[in-house]
Formats: sequence, C-alpha cells, structure tokens
Amino acid sequence: MMSAPATHFNEDARRVAPDTRHRGIIQTAMGKYEVVRDQRKLWFQDWQGARNLAARTKFESVNHLDKHLAEFTRTIEARGTKVHWASNAEQARNIILGILSDKQAKVIVKSKAMTSEEIHLNDAMEHAGYEVVESDLGEYIVQLRKEPPYHLVFPAMHLTRGEIKDLFQEKLNDAPSDDPEALTMVARRALRKKYLQADVGITGANFAIAETGMISITENEGNARLTAAVPKTMITLVGIEKILPRLEDLALFLPMLAVMGTGQALTCYNTMYGGPRQLGEADGPEEYHVVLLDNHRTTLLADAEQRDALGCIRCGACLNVCPIFRNVGGHTYGTVYGGPIGSVITPHLRGLQQWKHLSYASSLCGACTETCPVKIDLHHHLLQNRRNASALPTGKPSFFQKLAFKFFAPIANKPALWSLTTKLSRIGMKLRGLVNGSVVDPVQAWTKTRDLPPIAKQSFREWWKEHGK
Amino acid sequence: MSEREIIFARIREGLSIKAHAHYGDGLPTTEEHRGVMPPVGASIEEQLALFAKNASDLKATFKLVKDASELTAELRALRDTEKWQRVATHKSPLAQTHSAALGLATLVADDGYDKHDMEQCDVGISECDALIAQTGTVLVTSRSAGGRALSCLPPHHIVIARREQLVADLPSAFALVKRTYGVSYPSMISFITGPSRTGDIERILVLGAHGPKKLTIFCL
Repeated sequence: MMSAPATHFNEDARRVAPDTRHRGIIQTAMGKYEVVRDQRKLWFQDWQGARNLAARTKFESVNHLDKHLAEFTRTIEARGTKVHWASNAEQARNIILGILSDKQAKVIVKSKAMTSEEIHLNDAMEHAGYEVVESDLGEYIVQLRKEPPYHLVFPAMHLTRGEIKDLFQEKLNDAPSDDPEALTMVARRALRKKYLQADVGITGANFAIAETGMISITENEGNARLTAAVPKTMITLVGIEKILPRLEDLALFLPMLAVMGTGQALTCYNTMYGGPRQLGEADGPEEYHVVLLDNHRTTLLADAEQRDALGCIRCGACLNVCPIFRNVGGHTYGTVYGGPIGSVITPHLRGLQQWKHLSYASSLCGACTETCPVKIDLHHHLLQNRRNASALPTGKPSFFQKLAFKFFAPIANKPALWSLTTKLSRIGMKLRGLVNGSVVDPVQAWTKTRDLPPIAKQSFREWWKEHGK
Repeated sequence: MSEREIIFARIREGLSIKAHAHYGDGLPTTEEHRGVMPPVGASIEEQLALFAKNASDLKATFKLVKDASELTAELRALRDTEKWQRVATHKSPLAQTHSAALGLATLVADDGYDKHDMEQCDVGISECDALIAQTGTVLVTSRSAGGRALSCLPPHHIVIARREQLVADLPSAFALVKRTYGVSYPSMISFITGPSRTGDIERILVLGAHGPKKLTIFCL
C-alpha cells in the first residue's frame, strides 16, 4: 500500500514532469542562477577548501549542540531577550499565540521563515483572528495565491510576470503592467502600510551565534530589516540546529550562503540581532522573543550516520541541481523542505513510513552532494533511508519482487545462462516490436514515458572473443 | 522538567553516539578563512579601488570627497536633483552637521520619532562602522547609525564614512565589531551590500524592494 503522501507525489509528478511550460520557466530561472553561481565560486580563492572549513564548522556546531545552545541562551538573555523552548509544532504555535495575545496584537508582519511553514504558523494566527502579512515579495505572492512556497529560496519561481500581474489585479486591484519593477513597487506600496500598522514582527533565522548571543538574518529586500525595526515586539522562530559557535564564523558562512543561494557575493542585508532596543538606542522593539524549535530535529541528531544533515544552511543549491526537482517541481514533494535535502530530512522529521518514497525521488547522480556548501552526504543518505525503509515491517518486498529476483539471481550468477538470456532477449526485442505500446507489451510501464534502448547486437564477451587477443 | 531540560536531555542522548568527522574537527582559524576566501589587495589604494568597483557592480554610488565643504556641495546637489523635502539623521557629528547644512526639515532619530514621520523622509543620512573592500559592504549598527529604521526606511540611504574606516575583508570586519563592542553589543549589526533588491519575479533584478532604492556612500 502506498502512503497518502506517496500517492500525491506520484500523481503530481506525472502531471508536472511532461508540462513543457513549467519546465521552460524553471530552466530559464536556473540557467541564470547557474551562470552567476559559477562565477562567484571562482571568486573564492579555494571554493573546495571553503566547503571543507564550512563542513568542519558545522560538525563542531552540531556535535556539541548542547554546549553551544546553552551558551547562546546565556549570551542572548543577558541583553534582555526572552528565550522560549518548543519540543514540537504545537508548543511553538502556542508560545507565539501567547505573546500575540499578551501584546493585544492585531496586525502581524512576517519575514521569510521556513520554520513557520513547518509549524503552520500562519494558519494558526489567522485562525485566531490576526491579520498576517508575509513581507518577502516571493512569499507575499504565494500567500496571496494561498499556496506554499515553491522553493526554499525562490518561493514564486514557478510563476510568470503575467500570472503575478493578474494576481495583483485580482487581490490588490493594483497592477499597472507586467513589468517586474512596476509589480515590485505595487508590493512595496502595499507592504509599507503594513510595517507601520504591525504590532508584532516575526522573523526566521539563518544562524544563531552562540558566542555573542545573536540571530543572523540573510535577505535582499530589506523586509526583515523593517520587520525587526518598526513593530514594538519582535519574535524570531529558529530551529535548534541553526547554531554557529562564533561571530567570525559568519565571515565564511554569509558569502557561501549568498553564492549558493542566489549567486551573489553577499546578499544585500546580513543582520545580527542580539536583543530588544538597548539603552541609548534610537529605536527597535521593546521586547524580543526567540523561540527555539526542536520538532524532531533531535530525532535526526540521534542518527549519527545522517547527523550532518542538520548542518544544512537552506541555500537551496541541491534543489537547483537536482534533475528530479527540475522535472517534478517544488510543490510535488508535498513537504516544507523540497529537493534532495527535503527527501533526506523529511522521513526523520515526519516519519519514514509515510515519507520513504522520497528516497526514491532521486537518480542517485550525486549532483546534490557535489554542490552542497557544507558537504552533506545527501545521495548516500537517500540510500540509507531506502535501507532503513526496507527494514520496516511494511518494507518487505512484494511477491512479484521476490519472484523476479528468484529468476534473476541464478541467471546473473551463471555466465552461460546469462549469455543465453541476452541472446534470447535480442530475439524477444524483435518480437516485442509487434506489440510495441499495446496493452500486451511486457515493458509498457517503462515505454509509456520513455524509449526502450535496444540490446546491443553483440555482448562485450562476444566482442572480446573476436577482437581481444 | 522544563521544556528546555527535556530538549537538552534529548540532545545529549542523541549525541551519546559519536559521529565520524570526515572533514576534520575543531574550528577553523581566521588565517584558514582568509586562505580560501576571495582575494583582497594589500595596499589601501587597492582596497579602495576594490570597494569602488564592488559598489558600482552593486549599483550603489561611491564617492571620495576631499573635505567637508565638498561633501556639503555634493549633498546639496543631490537635494536639488532629487527634490528632498525632509531628511532623517542621527546625533553624530558628521551626519548631523551635514544634514543641518541642507536647510531642510530634519528628523533626528535619537530624539525619539514617529514612525510615520520617518517613512515620509526622502533620505536617511547616517554614519557607519566600516566599509568592507572585499564585498563593497557598509557595516552599521544600531549604535553607530541612528538605530534600526534610519538605514532602511527612507528611500535613499546616504552613508558618510571616513577613509580610515575602510577594512580589507569580512574577517577584519567581525574582528572590528568584537573590538569595538565586545563588552556590550548593540542590538543590531547590519552588513549592507548595495541598495535593497529582489529577483523574486522571473529572477529579474529590481532595486528598492522594501528598503532603500538608492545607496550613496561618501568617503572623506
């Protein structure tokens, strides 16, 4: 029996993969990204060396997480920040709803936070009667469309300017043209009002610095800056794994995140927040709350083999190079975190039984592992998840799988039998031509979407007999 | 047990099985960081040229000015071409005197301000902590640059820097932050690299998504 998420994945993949329009949009966006990303990698004196240092730093962070989290809490609380702990999504939602109700908030402005997608924060806040506005342009667009972000870094990359114009016309009644600049200015006008109205600003975080007690936020638009500057209360929701030990570690991680995320040297704003408005400062929130979220990150931590996946900096680089992601698209995964990293961590965060199918959403080409700036062994982790899934009570092979291997094993083990089978297969291929594509075609499941490559006229052993001497 | 203790117990239990450090362990030194990161010239002239090139690639304006009177003239010219009505600044000698020389309605952030008034300002004039050659970045903090909103709410951010504030690279900038504020950090430290931008619509670059559409850096 396929799990509901697996059925959803298969249905969506079948629909999206042959959609040439979708493919065109993604190829264009990725093409632009690839060019600038590669230029920026060359800008480093030693990009591979940088990856090694980043992997080392994350190893230290994750493998001494208890020590660094304790230090982070101590240093950030010293400047008057209130730190909250949430084991799961419900606790995190309740903590945040509690703060909103304390502050008698009405309007909430948010900057981009994948953790908030993870705990379905917007739904909870809207359900409780708050007006919630996403301020990152891409997030704002998908919020207006009532759909989840398509990609970790580019939430609206699946949409054309024409679609965004129509959306703004429908929802905001303000869309002078489909020019990206004009559309951006529509969002700027709409959101400026919201920053000024908002009682509470909610952000995510890219890094949490243990040594100095700071949250680091990477962005381009200035929306997180404004979210942290104008409202009287600021809340940051951050996963416990986001720790970096020292402030100077950012010197390496900020440019690496920008290079892999968007192909920039540094994004426009990289900002560290260490507390509410301090004595003598002109402005800033009166209260600052940091909500530290576990939500099964400790399950992944307990798997020493895959623990490195907690070092992920959510740059999205593995999604961008993944042939599966590029074919099936971001929404098909049905997960908060898509692409290779999502396929690795989702079974840990949400259950292997329901999400094991993601381990097969891979060609095992290893492009993800090769591109990852913190050297997470992604494609091997997918294999490990397959292995772990087959050890589940439901992971036993089916009758037909067993039968197939019962025949395959002796054939593959005996050269004479193998040779005979390949010879027979060549005849079989010719006969198959008669039923090609029809219901009696034995390989129709394959040929429905692909060509069946012909079996070579001569096997290597035959060739070697002729030419090898 | 508190939730904090429960989470710590889970972390410690998880970490009781050791993972293999494939790429070595221990934190890298600053020298190791510098060894892999983008190169920066050794001389001040090279660094200044690199900053200027980076700023121009980022579509920021960077101008070296020889003295206060040239700076005032430059600011007045901008005031006239952009038809500024209101200016926001903060209590710091360079920023405040040069804002005053514009003869416009002036909001001084440190005095306490109404957010709507700040939003109505045409320009925010601030000082900074450093200029970073490697990336063309302006480093500001809530203490050095008039709080949090001044450098991102008005549509044009003008930075007045002094030549000696130029540092070579990101490691130097973080060292400077530690040296300057190690005893008591400001609540916000921001690395500003070019004017606000977005590529969220078809990956096409648009300046001024939410923050300033223009960033002008004057270096005395």
